[in-house]
Amino acid sequence: MDFELSEDQKMIKEAAREFASEKLAPRAQEFDEKEEIPKELYKELADLGYMGMLMPEEYGGSGLDFISYILVMEEFSKTCAALEISLSVHNSLISDAIFKYGTEVQKKKYLPKLTRGEFIGAYSLTEPEAGTDAGSLKTTAILKSDHYIINGTKTFVTNGGIADLFMLFTLTKPEAKSKGISCLLVEKGLKGFNIGAKEKKMGIRGSDTRELSFEDCQVPKENILGEENKGFNIALSLLDSGRIGVGAQSVGIAQSALDESLKYSKERVQFGQPICNFQAIQFKLANMATQIEAARLLVYRAAWLRQNNVRCTKEASMAKLFASEIANFVVNEAVQIHGGYGYMKEYAVERYFRDARVTEIYEGTSEAQRIVISRNLLK
Amino acid sequence: MYLDKKYEDFRKKIREFSEKEIEPAAHKIDESAEFPYDNIKKIAELGLLGMVVPPEYGGSGIDTLKYVLVVEELSRVCGSTGITVAAHNSLAICPIFLFGNEEQKKKYIPPLAKGEKLGAFGLTEPEAGSDAGGTKTTAVLDGENYVVNGSKCFITSASVAETFVITAVTDKTKGTKGISSLILEKGMKGFSVGKKENKMGLRGSDTATLHFEELKVPKENLLGKEGEGFKQFLITLDGGRVSIGAMALGIAQGAFDQAMKFSRTRIQFEKPLIEFQAIQFKLADMATQIEAARHLIYHAAFLEDKGEKYVKESAMAKLFASEVARYVCYQAIQIFGGYGYSREYPVERYLRDVKLCEIGEGTSEIQRLVIFRELMR
Repeated sequence: MDFELSEDQKMIKEAAREFASEKLAPRAQEFDEKEEIPKELYKELADLGYMGMLMPEEYGGSGLDFISYILVMEEFSKTCAALEISLSVHNSLISDAIFKYGTEVQKKKYLPKLTRGEFIGAYSLTEPEAGTDAGSLKTTAILKSDHYIINGTKTFVTNGGIADLFMLFTLTKPEAKSKGISCLLVEKGLKGFNIGAKEKKMGIRGSDTRELSFEDCQVPKENILGEENKGFNIALSLLDSGRIGVGAQSVGIAQSALDESLKYSKERVQFGQPICNFQAIQFKLANMATQIEAARLLVYRAAWLRQNNVRCTKEASMAKLFASEIANFVVNEAVQIHGGYGYMKEYAVERYFRDARVTEIYEGTSEAQRIVISRNLLK
Repeated sequence: MYLDKKYEDFRKKIREFSEKEIEPAAHKIDESAEFPYDNIKKIAELGLLGMVVPPEYGGSGIDTLKYVLVVEELSRVCGSTGITVAAHNSLAICPIFLFGNEEQKKKYIPPLAKGEKLGAFGLTEPEAGSDAGGTKTTAVLDGENYVVNGSKCFITSASVAETFVITAVTDKTKGTKGISSLILEKGMKGFSVGKKENKMGLRGSDTATLHFEELKVPKENLLGKEGEGFKQFLITLDGGRVSIGAMALGIAQGAFDQAMKFSRTRIQFEKPLIEFQAIQFKLADMATQIEAARHLIYHAAFLEDKGEKYVKESAMAKLFASEVARYVCYQAIQIFGGYGYSREYPVERYLRDVKLCEIGEGTSEIQRLVIFRELMR
């Protein structure tokens, strides 16, 4: 593994940083308060290639390598974690899945729209009764001549309210359980497909999370992604990327919380001196920075493996687990350093504290990561 | 800790009241960031707004341990209500009761104790947080009045209170020994309340700034003697810490109870979560930490009731309980998974609420300073 970023990767990181500081930083608090990211922003992101980061140019993508993509995600997370997760789902889950598993017809039909930002994508696996236990889905899609008839409910669907195309995991062969799951591409607006009210969340409030319900919803048979009953494998194959993405998000949030704390501790005077002069604060800052450094390296390492097509399930889980736990440690310390101000919404660390909490939950809880890691160790 | 039956019966009564009368509004007041007037009215009717003063001043005169149980049980269902009651009793009434003259006590305490008025305590300033001795607000004696100028921030119940105890510098040359306490009333000319703070949690509790511009306060509103303010608020905060510790304890217990309930009913991998060792160990750790925190809090209350020095013990109790409580609320969300992050389930609110306990009434860093200072004596 090479620790040095290439010139291209440095440029991409710098461009993302500029975009984030010009376009996201001034509005991130507003997105949080209004619990919405305006759709126009996605258009702007598409114009700059951020809606097709991992896609090759023939489909309108910007053809970034995976490490570059992770660098962009980290930069965006420093200012707006809510946007990051929305883009992460769109780029690394749905677009990448269609690219890997789609037929040429599906690729031509959907990828250009996704990369141009005409379509926003969503990924839908979780159900009310199937969270960590993702294998126990209840939503069914039964083939009846040319159509699958879908019935059931999905929860916590990121981009649920703004997406045009949904990657839906359902049972096509219910008796086979996880071996009877298929992945269907479902467009918004189909009869029998209802999108519920926006979830009210602790953090990443700008991201649009919904419940989806299906009542005899008909989806053409050709909308199946990959082979029938092989959907669970698709879901699992995407998890590594998703987890590395959440790892990058965690690192980004944590880095920003540290940066804000450094700034504040230099400015804030108590007992006649800046609080960064006190050893209690210095040691907090040192611990935060050390933890972030370790997390970042785990994330980059997993990204490097993923980029080089080396199996990295264990490493992706470790990176996600470690980075999300330390992000929560760091944001807590950041609020603590800010004292009363850290509890107020005028200060960004208040939002980071709420945003970071989800990193230990989605794309597999920390408990699910530990299951994956120990399973790999005990093989 | 083994509590006498009279305390357990008392807790039971308060728990029933809290679950029936306070809990139903907790979610709504958080979402709308509305002050819980109805809750406070019901609490006043039970005599719980004058817990720390005897009946002759309109209070219920219960001991500190019972007071702690009240704050714990209220906070177990609604942190915003818990902190409002704690601040009113410990920070507004206590200093008047402890340091006021008979006339001041008779004039100000009964309306507060009966809940006709709410009280607030103004110590923190924009530049004087942990360094509370760095107070910049001034009060200059001019004939019969102190003329007060300055501002205070993060004042609990600022815009709903009618009686305030504030600190101000009466003699700039004496450092912390030049700080005095004054009693203010709402509506005094030159006294205004700023806009409500938009907080992470405890959103039902009212927090705002106070502004003083050529505010004239009659000199008989001086609490104790000039220059005693610093000493007074240190004593006030010892008691306040126990109540914030009790609040943290209550929130932790509330989160734990929710997590127990959820892990019994939530089925994954075809069995309730509670059958997984990873969840069992989390619950065992949470319960153990809560138990230790509870002992520290009750012990500090016990020392206060005995009239013994409890500076170190109250700081330890507050420090430990608030850190434990955040850990417990954090784990409760983890047990709930995605549901824990949703504002539809109370554990989400508990984590936002509980974070304040490590900040208010002295940050954890200040508690450590206090503890260390006591160790060095």
